[in-house]
Amino acid sequence: MKVLIIGATSAIAKATARIYAEQGCSLHLIARRVDQLEALESDLLVRGASKVSKSVLDLNKFAEHENLLSAAFAELGGSVDIALICHGSLPDQAKVEKNFKQAQKEINTNGISVVSLLTHLAQKFIEQQQGTIAVITSVAGDRGRQPNFVYGAAKSLVSTYIQGLRGKLLAHNVHIVDIRPGLVDSPMTAHFPKGPLWSSPEQVAGKIVKCIKSGSHTVYAPGYWRIIMLVVSSIPEFIFKRLKF
Amino acid sequence: MEATGWGRYPKTTAELIQPADSQALQKHISSQKKVDSCIGRGAGRSYGDSALSAQLVSSRFLDSFLSLDEQAKMLRCGAGISLGEILRVCLPRGLFLPVLPGTKAVSVGGAIAADVHGKNHHLDGSFCKHVQSLTLVLASGELISCSETENPELFRATCGGMGLTGVIVEACLSLTPVSSSYIEQRSLVANNLEECFAHIEDNSDSKYSVAWLDCLATGNDLGRSILYLGEHAPSKNRKSDTVYRERSGPGIPFSTPSILLNKTTMSLFNASYFVMQARRRRATTLDCDSYFFPLDSISNWNRLYGAKGFLQYQFVIPSEGALKGITSVLEKVSENGKGSFLTVLKKFGTENENFLSFPQEGYTLTLDFKNETSLFPLLDDLDQIVLQHGGRLYLAKDARMSETVFKASYPNWEEFVRIKQKYDPHNRFASLQSNRLGLTQ
Repeated sequence: MKVLIIGATSAIAKATARIYAEQGCSLHLIARRVDQLEALESDLLVRGASKVSKSVLDLNKFAEHENLLSAAFAELGGSVDIALICHGSLPDQAKVEKNFKQAQKEINTNGISVVSLLTHLAQKFIEQQQGTIAVITSVAGDRGRQPNFVYGAAKSLVSTYIQGLRGKLLAHNVHIVDIRPGLVDSPMTAHFPKGPLWSSPEQVAGKIVKCIKSGSHTVYAPGYWRIIMLVVSSIPEFIFKRLKF
Repeated sequence: MEATGWGRYPKTTAELIQPADSQALQKHISSQKKVDSCIGRGAGRSYGDSALSAQLVSSRFLDSFLSLDEQAKMLRCGAGISLGEILRVCLPRGLFLPVLPGTKAVSVGGAIAADVHGKNHHLDGSFCKHVQSLTLVLASGELISCSETENPELFRATCGGMGLTGVIVEACLSLTPVSSSYIEQRSLVANNLEECFAHIEDNSDSKYSVAWLDCLATGNDLGRSILYLGEHAPSKNRKSDTVYRERSGPGIPFSTPSILLNKTTMSLFNASYFVMQARRRRATTLDCDSYFFPLDSISNWNRLYGAKGFLQYQFVIPSEGALKGITSVLEKVSENGKGSFLTVLKKFGTENENFLSFPQEGYTLTLDFKNETSLFPLLDDLDQIVLQHGGRLYLAKDARMSETVFKASYPNWEEFVRIKQKYDPHNRFASLQSNRLGLTQ
């Protein structure tokens, strides 16, 4: 299998790439930090990947997305079976809600850059008439909450976009999965105190691989987040607006 | 957060730092202005307080493989990788770790820091004998590599040095070729301790050798045991020969009331285990997971000892006094009405030159006791028996040994402190254990 991973050095991406490497897949990795990318490349080769290639790019450079993806497809021999979009950043809500420039940057990273990548990816997948695109969004996109609504808004933008795109791709034998992890104990969330609701990147990665294989649509990882978010979403607005969680 | 070792005693509050890579770790160590003591922490599988400090620096994200040279049988990997992960990746290629402790969950960094041993110590030595080189972050934040030839002093202080010289970030290990992932096990029944020693001596060429002891048997039955011997099974020329099968079973979801582990239940368990095993087939073939890591199949088995946790007591006594010393220990335990759920006896080969490594030529016995106030005076008495016979305790298991006992039994401690001072003059790296033992205060 040929797998393209965008934002490959994020904890969830890394754990997922390792599973595919151990299955003997060919992988193309895209990320911003070259040293981390090189470390991941050797790790995947030891684990059994049949081939690993990589490109370095700050994904907020939208104009370069098309060339980036063409190069990735070429590296993987012209076609891709699975494309996984994992990049993201967790903004400090208190800062971004007072500073539009920063808010815009966060929305670009977590939202607009994904739309740009999906635009190009969809074309390429339609051409090859097969494959699965998987995008990591977040449970934060299910409802705007006070502590992280800038992040949540960017993620829900992507989730809504995917819902529409899924139908467009249906006729072309291309599938798209929306993966919504809950609280994940990774370097991105290192500064948060952890409780029983936190899961490991490895747990989430296992679920991602399983759901890509089974062709699910919207995946909560771990599954109990579907129930939690159902409850959160059903709280009447006049109460919800007073909640600070 | 609240932190403990695997024995869940003692408990302390600590800050957990999880650097994303070794650069982040270097930055963290060098940027800290206030000199708070910290200690590296891998899987948290040392039993007592050796990985407890004000700040715990986790190797969790240093979990990458760097290279595997199948010809030279050399693996370079991050210190946070677990031994189980290495087996999963290397065993299908016919490569095996030369030393395996009783759990596959330990990290490479932890295995080096405690210089862990396995069932083959009498032939193959301890873990660090197979470490070609390692890299660690010093108190200055500097990254330094060491081996038997490069910075040899630092290497000998770091191997078995309980993380006190710096945070290990990477290691190069030599692997050993195997033709299958199975172990052919033979067992021998011994009706008392003397018989068990004789069996061990008679089978000293056996690759793996470890005895399970009925700790609650007394009188003529004292030390009745089953000796398990193992050899790597030959290949059957099937693809499945070197597949690594991970065994997992039910876990223990919460601390069970410690009252369930009392003398009656333990006698019952030990006696019936002895009778059952004594009747079993003498030879059998096991997959490597079931052979090396039987307890790993019950996740969180440490919760069985109740909320107050437990203490593991492992000591070694040089061969000439071993039979006498171990007999006195077992008698003392029984006199005090205490019992150990699992008791394990094994013979060590010659000791190495690392300053704080535990193994020395002789016999090592491991007992575990649930934590209760009346236990501590007994353990102090046992310390004296061990000292009288020229033995010592394993630092990776210890949670309560006194400074005097430690300094009397680890003759190289002064040399160790001298080297630590050279690389870490302000005792940046310190654990509750190192403070207790007078290594960092």
